[in-house]
Amino acid sequence: MLPAPFEYHRPSSLEEAVQLLSSLDEAKVLAGGQSLIPLLKFRFAAPAHLVDVNRVPGLDGIKEEGSVLRIGALVRHNQIASSDLVSARYPVLAAAAPQIADPIVRNLGTVGGSLAHADPAGDWGAVMLAVGASVVARSTRGEREIPIADFLQDIFTTALSSDEILTEVRVPAPAPRAGGAYLKLERKVGDFATVAAAVHVSMDDGTIGRAGIGLTAVGNKNIEPAEAESALAGKEPNEELFAEAGRLAATASNPVTDVRGSAEYKRHVVEVFVRRGLARAIEMAREA
Amino acid sequence: MKISVKVNGTERTADVEPRLLLVHLIRETFGLTGTHEGCDTTSCGACTVLLDGTPVKSCTLFGVQADGREVTTVEGLAAGAELHPVQVAFKEEHGLQCGFCTSGMMLVGKALLERNPDPSDDDVRWAISGNICRCTGYMNIVKAIQLAARIKAGATEPAKV
Amino acid sequence: MSTETEEIRGLGHRVKRKEDDRFIRGKGTYIDDIKLPGMLHMAILRSPYAHATITGIDTSKAQAVPGVVAVVTGELMAQHKLAWMPTLSGDTQAVLATDKVRFQGQEVAAVIAEDLYTAKDALELIAVEYEPIEPVVTPQRAMESDAPVIRTDKEGQDSNHIYHWESGDKDATDKAFADAEAVVALDTFYPRSHPAPVETCGCVADINPATGQATIYMTSQAPHAIRTVFALVAGLPEEKIRIVSPDIGGGFGNKVPVYPGYVVATAASLLLGRPVKWIEDRTENLISTGFARDFHMHGEMALKKDGTMTGLRVSLLADEGAFHADAQPSKFKVGLFHIVTGSYDLPAAHVTADGAYTNKAPGGVAYRCSFRVTEASYLIERLVQNAAYELGMDPADLRLKNFIDKDQFPYTSATGFVYDSGDYHAAMNMALEKVSYRELRKEQEEARARGELVGIGLASFTEIVGAGPHKDYDILGLKMSDGAELRIHPTGKAILKISVQTQGQGHETTFAQIVAEEIGIQPEDVKVMHGDTDNTPYGLGTYASRSTPVSGAATAMVTRRVREKAAKIAAHLLEVSEEDVEFAKGKFSVKGAPDKVVTIQDVAFAAYTNFPDGMEAGLEGVYYYDPPNLTFPFGTYAVVVEVDPDTGVWKVRRMVAVDDCGVRINPMIVEGQIHGGLCEGFGIAAMEQITFDEDGNCIGANFTDYLLPTAWETPRFELGETVTPSPHHPIGAKGVGESATVGSPAAFVNAVIDALWPLGVRNIDMPLTSAKVWEAIQAAGGSKKT
Repeated sequence: MLPAPFEYHRPSSLEEAVQLLSSLDEAKVLAGGQSLIPLLKFRFAAPAHLVDVNRVPGLDGIKEEGSVLRIGALVRHNQIASSDLVSARYPVLAAAAPQIADPIVRNLGTVGGSLAHADPAGDWGAVMLAVGASVVARSTRGEREIPIADFLQDIFTTALSSDEILTEVRVPAPAPRAGGAYLKLERKVGDFATVAAAVHVSMDDGTIGRAGIGLTAVGNKNIEPAEAESALAGKEPNEELFAEAGRLAATASNPVTDVRGSAEYKRHVVEVFVRRGLARAIEMAREA
Repeated sequence: MKISVKVNGTERTADVEPRLLLVHLIRETFGLTGTHEGCDTTSCGACTVLLDGTPVKSCTLFGVQADGREVTTVEGLAAGAELHPVQVAFKEEHGLQCGFCTSGMMLVGKALLERNPDPSDDDVRWAISGNICRCTGYMNIVKAIQLAARIKAGATEPAKV
Repeated sequence: MSTETEEIRGLGHRVKRKEDDRFIRGKGTYIDDIKLPGMLHMAILRSPYAHATITGIDTSKAQAVPGVVAVVTGELMAQHKLAWMPTLSGDTQAVLATDKVRFQGQEVAAVIAEDLYTAKDALELIAVEYEPIEPVVTPQRAMESDAPVIRTDKEGQDSNHIYHWESGDKDATDKAFADAEAVVALDTFYPRSHPAPVETCGCVADINPATGQATIYMTSQAPHAIRTVFALVAGLPEEKIRIVSPDIGGGFGNKVPVYPGYVVATAASLLLGRPVKWIEDRTENLISTGFARDFHMHGEMALKKDGTMTGLRVSLLADEGAFHADAQPSKFKVGLFHIVTGSYDLPAAHVTADGAYTNKAPGGVAYRCSFRVTEASYLIERLVQNAAYELGMDPADLRLKNFIDKDQFPYTSATGFVYDSGDYHAAMNMALEKVSYRELRKEQEEARARGELVGIGLASFTEIVGAGPHKDYDILGLKMSDGAELRIHPTGKAILKISVQTQGQGHETTFAQIVAEEIGIQPEDVKVMHGDTDNTPYGLGTYASRSTPVSGAATAMVTRRVREKAAKIAAHLLEVSEEDVEFAKGKFSVKGAPDKVVTIQDVAFAAYTNFPDGMEAGLEGVYYYDPPNLTFPFGTYAVVVEVDPDTGVWKVRRMVAVDDCGVRINPMIVEGQIHGGLCEGFGIAAMEQITFDEDGNCIGANFTDYLLPTAWETPRFELGETVTPSPHHPIGAKGVGESATVGSPAAFVNAVIDALWPLGVRNIDMPLTSAKVWEAIQAAGGSKKT
């Protein structure tokens, strides 16, 4: 199939972009387009207007300011994957970025677009839950910051109103001794995850300070297994603890049986991945 | 919408519907048929071109998005009569059979070598994991891209093609 | 120009491919690259239902879209007697549905418009009313007496049963089983897969209203046979039909059948007087064109306690889809499946096969199957592997014990095939050595003690290709001889026209090498023409690895014929009698006087300028080759895997493939064919499958569901070779295009089963996804040491 006709708008500033979103009926933002354009081609979506924000300046930076990493919404997956700053200090992001889609799609797909699309099998949602990130939304009415857990609401549903656009993702700078991992089971490169787990830990002397876990493809949205996280906080890391956290994370997940496997299988992989992810993250934190 | 795209070094203009996919702008409007379409889910990479030097799947972009930008297709690999090292290497190593995925593979190879001049087997396989081939089983494609690296480095005389 | 010191680059040379020059420049001519003046674009509307009656079609809104030139329905096609067409299996298939739709994705209507976007827009405006009928989604259901009858269009068809077919000796086999000391059984399903070449199918039909000339550019692996079918079906005079297949982006059997799109595009061009282009998209390709496999098989082997195989019994149920449209020699309903005794000296065998209609796309014979040899080879190699474990023997040793010995060739199998030549022990021993098999078995024991799952899988296949002798082989009555035409020009260059054609196999180079070997003209001086029915001799096409065995033979024979005449001319030039002339490497010399020499180039020139009285000018010939037998390539593949019991993920640590395809024309191209086939076999073993839900919805109609391996998942392959020439082939070559897809799936699966056997796992049907592997481990009782 081929897309239905639409009106095309190419704002050259953020102001213009939000003006368009507030004045147009049935408008979709076109960023990387790697999720949106396939939907348009199959006519699963046929918006009357596309607002191409790729030429809006100021949305493609990665910079640390104080205790926050600010990632512009237009930052491409590959930009994160090749960022020295991210690989040095934000291991969960660094681990996840190269595993998204395929290497060519990663040249165009954006972090902001991926989060706004809110596919429960999307990778960034789980990562941002694990690191406790927030997103910034802008409209003609102003700007607001939304914690990621509030932002991701349901399958393909976020807290964004139709006149809002994501401008930035904010990731808290990690504690001095932190580690992270992103374990993804996919049938092949380019497939959506069967199951994936993002794990972030920081160490406080010999015990775990904060633990963050985010899960992909095991619910109607990315899931943060809070019980698993609290079971880890303040504890001394060991195999038994990781296994317990894995079990709690598996219980918190809600996968469906489909072509990628049974719900029972997926829950089991959650357990395995959280366990292995914790071991990897702790080792990294200890070496930091 | 009127657009202007630099294709293989030459400025081309067109007046197209916004929904016209970039792959169709290239193939139909500009008549360059070396870029191919192999699927409808952005999976196969047969449509890969370079947009400002970066590999993109031209079936998942609109032509109007290339307005004011540079597109390199397979037809732009050679400099006049002189073939690019990837082209020489693909023939030398039997890196193609039916040829349908080859344009995309060579462009991805070219882009890879520009950021990694000495890629390992794994590096190459990772870089081309967005491009599907059904004929070669990838073995000789990997060899071809690595030979291209050696040709670029001047370490190997390209055989007569 | 002197060729005194230059070696003739004939057989065995790694000649670089001539065809590459256009492809690396992006200058191939694939069907979608063809643009003709006034050309229209066609899009097809397809059924969303697997089984439904059509109660109404309204095309008025679609017809009103600006830019739409015509909307074609089954009714319109029926008026021209083109609503149905014959299939290559002697059945009929709907071109555009009239009464019912019988699979999801079936062709219902077509829009022809000035551009493709308009055509696709108009498709949305065609309103079709359907009344769904209970879909028949499995062949088992299809065979039940209360299942809805799918082919209500066929008189006398009161069930979904298509055929019953048998091969072998039932009584001898029954006796072997009655006397058996051990019996091993296996139920296995070879799932529906798809060749999925990167280029989809399509055509540009150009019927010239003034001349009546019908030129159809088509993705076709069998253009001559298709031309004849078009002549018979469409009533177009055959001399006015020209089918051209310029460059094809992969075939693998997907581009053999006649698809409804070709017929509708041709009819539309005829009615509208303008060229019509139809290129299917990927969804259409996967949901409606010729799939592969889909065999439900039950195999049993009778053995003595010492491992001697005494009998084989196989029954199978074939899921043929809604129309029986697989392409194979007409005598054999399941193709060459009865090669299922494989590489083993099995004295008794019996095969029974039944085919059933289901509400799925038609097809079955495709994807490098050599006419169902993939299915047969998979069954026997899985059965043999399991038999070894049941008897407590090493799987390599059980095979070695039962292989047909090289002194037994030509060998007549229990199902009547005469294997031409082979040395199975040599190939197996080479594979075992290359993979360090015996050391690996030790390593495996140690790994098992640590709870690690390492597996070694073998498959020793015997292929059967090169169809085939006219006594037994035909498709729709057309015999499977293939022709070659060679003409040498005055300046010593040549043109070879062959009836098969390449979809990437390198015929433009390899066939030139055959000519080079036989007559001494270098391959780059031999232009090879193919894929144009006006300009090439008749043939049945390229599939089932038949190009080298049949067309390659025709090429060798025609070149020898031409060489005979050349020798006469040489004698004339050398002023000696014919008996005194000998030929080697492009030169004719006088026996005993090696300085008296003329080259083939000298002779070529003389053929037009200085030839004996009474002789016709020119230096050319035509030869149609009727193969005396099929050829039997073979090999042993060995795969080493590591399985993660916690996730079911398995990875190939090594894959060794030893192939014997007889004489290798161009080893570089042979290796490339094997690489490609091994990758496809890996894909089938690991991830490729088309499935259907209970409503007959097709799951696997795009590349996010039908998964193809990328370079990242695909293992690296280590190749080895033995060479056992075919005694009946003029150059001893056997063909190799499909060996790797035939032999490798069982090797991969056997490796995983080998790793999991101690856990109690006995079989996992393909594709071996990590989920299925994990489920199998759980079902067998979870990880436990045995």
